[in-house]
Amino acid sequence: MNMNSVTPEPAGGADNAAWTAGPIAGGRSGFRRAARIPSLVAGSLMLLLIAALALLIPWLSPYDPTTQDLASFLQAPSGSHWLGTDQLGRDLLTRLIYAARTDLAIMVLAEIVPFCTGILLGMLAGYYGGWINTVVSLLTDTFIAFPFYLIVIIVAFASGAGAQGIYITFILVGWIVFARVSRGLTASLRQREWVASAQTLGLPGYRILLGHLLPNILPQAIVVLMTDMVGVLVAIVTLGYLGIGIAPPTPDWGTMIADGQSFMTTAWWLSAVPGFAVVYMGIALSLLGDGLADLWRRTS
Amino acid sequence: MTPTHNGSVRRSAGLPLPFKGIGRALLRALIVILCVTVAVFFLIRIVPGDPAKMVLGEYGTPEALAAMRHTLGLDLSLWEQFLRFARTLLTQGDTGGSIVSGVSSRQLIAERAPVTLLLIALSCVLAVLISLVLAGIAATNKDRLPDHLIRIFPAITLGMPVFWVGLLLILLFGVRLHWFPVGGVGKGWTGMLYSLALPAVTVAFSQIPTLVRSLRAQMLEVLESDFVVTLRASGIPGSVILFKHVLRNAALPTLMLFGVNLSYLIGGTLVVEQVFGIRGIGSLLFTSISKRDFPVIQGIALYCAVAVVVIGLLIEISARWLDPRTKEKP
Repeated sequence: MNMNSVTPEPAGGADNAAWTAGPIAGGRSGFRRAARIPSLVAGSLMLLLIAALALLIPWLSPYDPTTQDLASFLQAPSGSHWLGTDQLGRDLLTRLIYAARTDLAIMVLAEIVPFCTGILLGMLAGYYGGWINTVVSLLTDTFIAFPFYLIVIIVAFASGAGAQGIYITFILVGWIVFARVSRGLTASLRQREWVASAQTLGLPGYRILLGHLLPNILPQAIVVLMTDMVGVLVAIVTLGYLGIGIAPPTPDWGTMIADGQSFMTTAWWLSAVPGFAVVYMGIALSLLGDGLADLWRRTS
Repeated sequence: MTPTHNGSVRRSAGLPLPFKGIGRALLRALIVILCVTVAVFFLIRIVPGDPAKMVLGEYGTPEALAAMRHTLGLDLSLWEQFLRFARTLLTQGDTGGSIVSGVSSRQLIAERAPVTLLLIALSCVLAVLISLVLAGIAATNKDRLPDHLIRIFPAITLGMPVFWVGLLLILLFGVRLHWFPVGGVGKGWTGMLYSLALPAVTVAFSQIPTLVRSLRAQMLEVLESDFVVTLRASGIPGSVILFKHVLRNAALPTLMLFGVNLSYLIGGTLVVEQVFGIRGIGSLLFTSISKRDFPVIQGIALYCAVAVVVIGLLIEISARWLDPRTKEKP
């Protein structure tokens, strides 16, 4: 049974015009359109650069991120160590890029479950209302009452330090942002005629939700995901700094900043440089988010 | 409009409840506080394995483990545990005595609270003042260089960990310039304010981008509205209009945004205390975590969450009282 013929693409209303287009403009024309948005291009290039560095670092650097070389500790930047060495004689630039591997991988993995559960819960709450909506609202309000870093610190500590603790933390608290976005969008899209006609035609709820509402929600959820990932990365780094995140000697920007803190007067760059790496990621992801929002606004 | 990571999307989810207006807000706050209490109770249960073992480490004898389970109340049924937890909370406003010192959690928190509260208050004031100035500059120079520079600001600060900003400030103003102490809290009011200046700027820094964005939008909306155009046409200077009329109209939305961001601000304060060596609630949290002192950790979580709910409620009530327009909204 071909349902696509009877459920037309949603007509863009004035309120949500930006988000009613299909999720991703594919093909050559889509690519050409994307290439004309400066923030999208800049953000993608910045991310590609750091991804390429992180993947190729074993071949790019002559140094190992964890092998100590106590003879050459705390060296200032030089020709052989571009950013100098840390208190254990390890090359700072090499560790910085290895840390990108650790932190960015965890950042992406930590967002997968919350992204899916958040969108699902939000859609169910927004579409069906009733008790599902009550439960989701109550959960959201409860979690939001806890200061973000307080709950992140406590849950990460209680569920055991390291990557596992970070995943559990964000499974518990990360879904709220996405639930709010998808709940609001679903509730407003539900008022549209094409949803009513799909219901009249007897289309089951899950098909309306997954086949017709989800594609309209995904673009905005992905834009939110971009900025939210920065928040997750900052949280990972903060946990590392506080000693309840990634455990040494695995390179991580947070523990690098904490280690360098003791040498602030003599080698300030040990703490400063890893922070700039996080700032770089923040700029890259927010450019990408703005660019994607722009792209989908233009496509509609 | 691009959604912000901690901006306007965090507005209350609108729990379906009876009553209207303030009664409804009160009821919702009560229900949320109840849920928060249950969540804090279950906090100890997300520990994988045996919390008693986590407190005592690998070397706890079976007798010591049994005693610790008894202290934590883990030998009771879940329902009895909750009753005990609720009873202590209702009768003493406490989450139980510290495992380490035996002192009540409430007392431990009350001892540390003043400096944390002062730091939060200072950073709120600083955040609003700095944001007002920046938003004013941006709004009055719309689409010119100062505006562009101020609008790039959020993208740059988005990825700045708050503790790292603190370290940079220590490096610049403490280590290099010797303008401010690098940590600790000074004696007396002036000494205290002086030593809390850098930490307050650090916490404020994380709030400024969202506030500036909102204030700038509010100011522009008012600046471009008909009544301001009329005022301007009648020869009233721009600065007078900005401070008398635009600010008054932008104040309420800013207050609401502040309520929404308050929980971020408190969380940031706890981390910043650690950077500057301030013995407030943040440092109590980290000591308790390193000692596995569950009742104190639960107490901190509960008090902070209840504070956020209550302040949110107060802001909502004062917003209704200040602005008759919000009364009409459901």
